[in-house]
Amino acid sequence: MAHFTKATSVKDWLNQRLAIEKVEKVLASEYWIPKNINFLWAMGMVLMITFMLLIVSGIFLLMYYQPNVDTAFYSVNYTIMREVDFGWLWRHVHGVAASVVFLIIYIHMFTGIYYGSYKKGREMIWISGMLLFVAFSAEAFSGYMLPWGQMSYWAGMVITNLFAGGSLHADGLVEWIRGDYVPAQAFLSRFFMLHVLLIPLAILGLIGLHFGALRIPHVNNQDGEEIDFDVEAKKYLDGDKAGSKVIRFANDFMAKDMLVVAVYLVFFFYLVFYHYGFAMDPVNFDPADGLKTPAHIYPEWYFLWSYEILRPFSTDIGLMAFAFAQVIFVALPFLDRSPNTVPASRRGLFRFWFWAMLIDMIVLTSMGKLPPEGAFSTIGFVAALTFIGLWILLPIITTFEKKA
Amino acid sequence: MKNNSRRGFMGKAFGAVAAVGAVASLFAMKKSWDPLPSVKAAGFTTLDMSGYNENELVTEKWRGKPIFVLKYTKEMVAAFNETQMGRTIKMSDDHYMVNLGLCTHLGCIPSYEKDNASFLCACHGGTYDITGDVTKAPPPRGLDIPPFRIEGNKLVLGEEGPEYKKMLADGITLKA
Repeated sequence: MAHFTKATSVKDWLNQRLAIEKVEKVLASEYWIPKNINFLWAMGMVLMITFMLLIVSGIFLLMYYQPNVDTAFYSVNYTIMREVDFGWLWRHVHGVAASVVFLIIYIHMFTGIYYGSYKKGREMIWISGMLLFVAFSAEAFSGYMLPWGQMSYWAGMVITNLFAGGSLHADGLVEWIRGDYVPAQAFLSRFFMLHVLLIPLAILGLIGLHFGALRIPHVNNQDGEEIDFDVEAKKYLDGDKAGSKVIRFANDFMAKDMLVVAVYLVFFFYLVFYHYGFAMDPVNFDPADGLKTPAHIYPEWYFLWSYEILRPFSTDIGLMAFAFAQVIFVALPFLDRSPNTVPASRRGLFRFWFWAMLIDMIVLTSMGKLPPEGAFSTIGFVAALTFIGLWILLPIITTFEKKA
Repeated sequence: MKNNSRRGFMGKAFGAVAAVGAVASLFAMKKSWDPLPSVKAAGFTTLDMSGYNENELVTEKWRGKPIFVLKYTKEMVAAFNETQMGRTIKMSDDHYMVNLGLCTHLGCIPSYEKDNASFLCACHGGTYDITGDVTKAPPPRGLDIPPFRIEGNKLVLGEEGPEYKKMLADGITLKA
């Protein structure tokens, strides 16, 4: 039975009821981070800060945005952009952050792949991270519908059509998702709900899972060294800070983490103030028109690689290749058959696999933006086949990998 | 032991109630996302076919989707093969193309290339001939033909007449 005494301070009062000192230790001052890491380990914090920027700017946009097919376009392009003081700031922060967050997610992902941070007990970190990627993709897509411009409408048309499943002709499913024969009011309202409520809730839950998954295996380090965190933490607490392989999360690690964040934010706001254009497609400044397709429909840059895997094939094979590309990264911890948890540079053929995958995804991304004609079509086709081929090769080359 | 079996029974009883509730809620949620009756009721369009000029593509609207209407010239009709003929709608002495103007690949609107007498979808490079039959992948099939019923010189889109039912039976179009 809890025994409460007269509090000696506000802190003591709270401590007796909420154990705030214990919570602080568990979450920060005695949450241990290896010393042997580099700036790439700060990407999680950078993502967290970007997500906060999206929430804050989103709250302000939400106060003037109208989810109605007749008024949505003007509520964004007139009310928010011209009438609301600093409305442009919230919109540009929101648009730029939505784009940049994917750049950081890709860096975060490829850092994990390079250092093998998805193995030996860290599988759930990887899987929850990939679920977050899916949730962020859905969040980006649903948000893209809201200004109800030409790209919103046609991206909505094309992406919902994917659910017909090619030759399966599940047109009923597509109409069910839209709530109409074409994207219209029902579609805009429900994607608005998904964007501001359901998907953000899912993201918050998944972030909790992602952090939770880190607690037992802890953060990986530059050499993939297996650290006994209990022993190293004891060494640190006993005063041997130099000899210990770990430091406190707060304030020690946080200090460097936030320095990376500071550099990032300078870059981020440079984009917001001077180069926001890359996140604002010019075609989307025409109001939605169901009787006119834009000359080229292409997704934002962060979806181009998977779009390019869909494009060069006939409908059914394209859909299968696309579905494969969407889910295959989740299976990485199980397709990499090697027990070695070391950087890719010390892993035989996997070293080449890593760089081949990274370059292939960059090629797919560049081809996805270009019209599907002539040489571009061929390069895209070869890159799409390479992507699938690399994943088929992965279990084979890692099975024969020598123990590092 | 006695207690355990009683708890077990209560657990199963709760599970049964919860399962019924879950299925019922999912049903309600599914139905709430269905297209509304007002949306479905607005799904009919009547076209007066006497007002079209030869070889001039007109885009009409049915269920929010573009409908390509093209009145063929006599020379065009003379050059049609059997498949192409099967895709055209004959009303008195005139032949028309009445197709859903959405690419069967992913739903972009193809453009009419008058000089080549063909349709080109700019999204992924698919092409169709003048009757909307596919001539280059990725589209898996020709443009769909909307359900229609002939009423004198008028065409009612959204209703299934005998000519449309025959096209369906012959596999010329899928149910749009």
